[in-house]
Amino acid sequence: MGSHRFLACVLLLGGLLLEASVLAQSSTYGVGRTPSAEEIRAWDISIGPDGAELPPGRGTAKDGAQLYVEKGCAACHGKMGREGRAPNLKGTADPKTDTWERGRILPIRSPFATTVWDYINRAMPLNREGTLTADEVYALTAFLLYINDVIPEDQILDAQSLPKVKMPIGDAYASLPEWKPKTRRLRGYPY
Amino acid sequence: MGSKRPDRREFLKGGAALAGGFTLGAVAPAIAQTPAGQTPAHGEFIKGSKELIAYGERSRFVTSVRIPHGGRPSPDAFGLVFHVATPLQDSVGVITPSSLHYVATTRGSFIPDIDPREHRLLIHGMVDRPLTFTMEDLKRLPSVTRLHFIECAGNRSTPKAKNVQETHGMTSCAEWTGVLLSTLLKECGVKGGASWFVAEGAEEVKGASSMPLAKALDDVIVAYGMNGEPVRPQQGFPLRLLVPGFEGIFSTKYLRRIKLVDQYYMNYNDYGHLRQDAKETALGYQVGPKSVITFPSAGQQLPGKGFYEISGLAWSGGGVIRRVEVSTDGGRRWNDAEIRGTVARMAHTRFAYQWNWDGKETELQSRCFDELGQVQPSRAQVAKFFNVPLGEVPGLDNTIQPWRIASDGSVKNGLA
Repeated sequence: MGSHRFLACVLLLGGLLLEASVLAQSSTYGVGRTPSAEEIRAWDISIGPDGAELPPGRGTAKDGAQLYVEKGCAACHGKMGREGRAPNLKGTADPKTDTWERGRILPIRSPFATTVWDYINRAMPLNREGTLTADEVYALTAFLLYINDVIPEDQILDAQSLPKVKMPIGDAYASLPEWKPKTRRLRGYPY
Repeated sequence: MGSKRPDRREFLKGGAALAGGFTLGAVAPAIAQTPAGQTPAHGEFIKGSKELIAYGERSRFVTSVRIPHGGRPSPDAFGLVFHVATPLQDSVGVITPSSLHYVATTRGSFIPDIDPREHRLLIHGMVDRPLTFTMEDLKRLPSVTRLHFIECAGNRSTPKAKNVQETHGMTSCAEWTGVLLSTLLKECGVKGGASWFVAEGAEEVKGASSMPLAKALDDVIVAYGMNGEPVRPQQGFPLRLLVPGFEGIFSTKYLRRIKLVDQYYMNYNDYGHLRQDAKETALGYQVGPKSVITFPSAGQQLPGKGFYEISGLAWSGGGVIRRVEVSTDGGRRWNDAEIRGTVARMAHTRFAYQWNWDGKETELQSRCFDELGQVQPSRAQVAKFFNVPLGEVPGLDNTIQPWRIASDGSVKNGLA
């Protein structure tokens, strides 16, 4: 009799657990609307290191050099990426110098070429953000990487080649902390 | 029988002006018992106006204001806003009035003028069901209301700073209301393997930050309310992220999109957090335990020796403030301060210490301890720990701020 009761308990418990896991899978409040794949694609401008979100398009440094002047980049960042009012986009030190010594220059220090693309696409040019076409962003990215000796002048950047660009910093940057609730901000640091 | 009360006819005649006179009469000594002594002279009252009835304002005698922070003007010639600091020297309690809350924008931004009826929040990426929420949708869901500070990573004291607004004014504390991000993620269903999320704003640069998913599931708020009314435009109207205890830049304003991903995305704001040293990277997330004395503080003047209640604020990204200590002798002896009012996780906490000033030159300091056992350090302690020059503080500066009291009662920055 005892074993029957035990079995019943196990079955009941199993049923509850199954119920709970099914509940966890479905929405609780049924509030919100399902967006179409098209809507998501239009909004999804976050480009990750593997470039999965990159749109079709292509460009080279040569196209980029022209756009750099036409789109007003040169007016703020300087003729060849230096001596403008906006941050420098070209390093002056020997490319063999340690990346961290070459200054905080996005196309040099960024670990991923996709970050350069993402930055230009979402935030440039000043006051006309979001007006560049995908081809133009590929070309400007290629130009900035070329003037910093990261890629050759004739390399075509597109959704396939951009994520494969080897950036000068390699993996010589600090990994990110694994953050957990209720933990000190740095292990072994009392402050 | 000493107190004379105005009769009902006088009261009705005087209207609003007499509301003040009534209080005065109750405490005035017998010598003031003349009509002139009890009735404010004509003109000394605030005349009601349509605007003041609709939305009140403070007394014209209260002039405390925010100031541009870090040497860059706000607004600039184009109407852009960069960094603006809170007048902590005039603060009481723990809540920063919305009008005085500090403001920071990543690149100097226009403040977007968003129609809340048009605003949408999209949650997608590694979820079972991508969802779009309107503001109306969000207000239907279970809400939380919590006190939280937000502090900018640039909140760093320097020897040049002349007052606590310049040394510490890039932190503020408000009551935030909204839906927990964990509630929304439950609606969407988190897919296995998701480990980070990217939050993005709707302003012109679409500012974005990557954060650990563990934080999203812990205590992040998708906030539409601030101090009892909708979030102000400078604070992200109509919707912002509130990431308790993390550097301010993570609390994404004008929130329009959250994407769950399986790796660090290195978008826009994230690039600024890139470091060579893992220790510095870690210190660029959670804010350490920090406190500052707001009265007396640099730029203020003590009228003479005698009793003063020292008052200040303490906060930590690690959770609740457990203890605050005050030193009135430049850090030789430390005394327990009293905690005043509400204590909440990752919120400004008001402390006080009763002090009798003997009129001699001295230095005031405060330090705090949080629920994780973290201690607010001196600059010397940080320099020793990291073996760096004095004054170099990795991560957000949470070191002790000294205020020097001169024998004439003037208060100066002790770092100078």
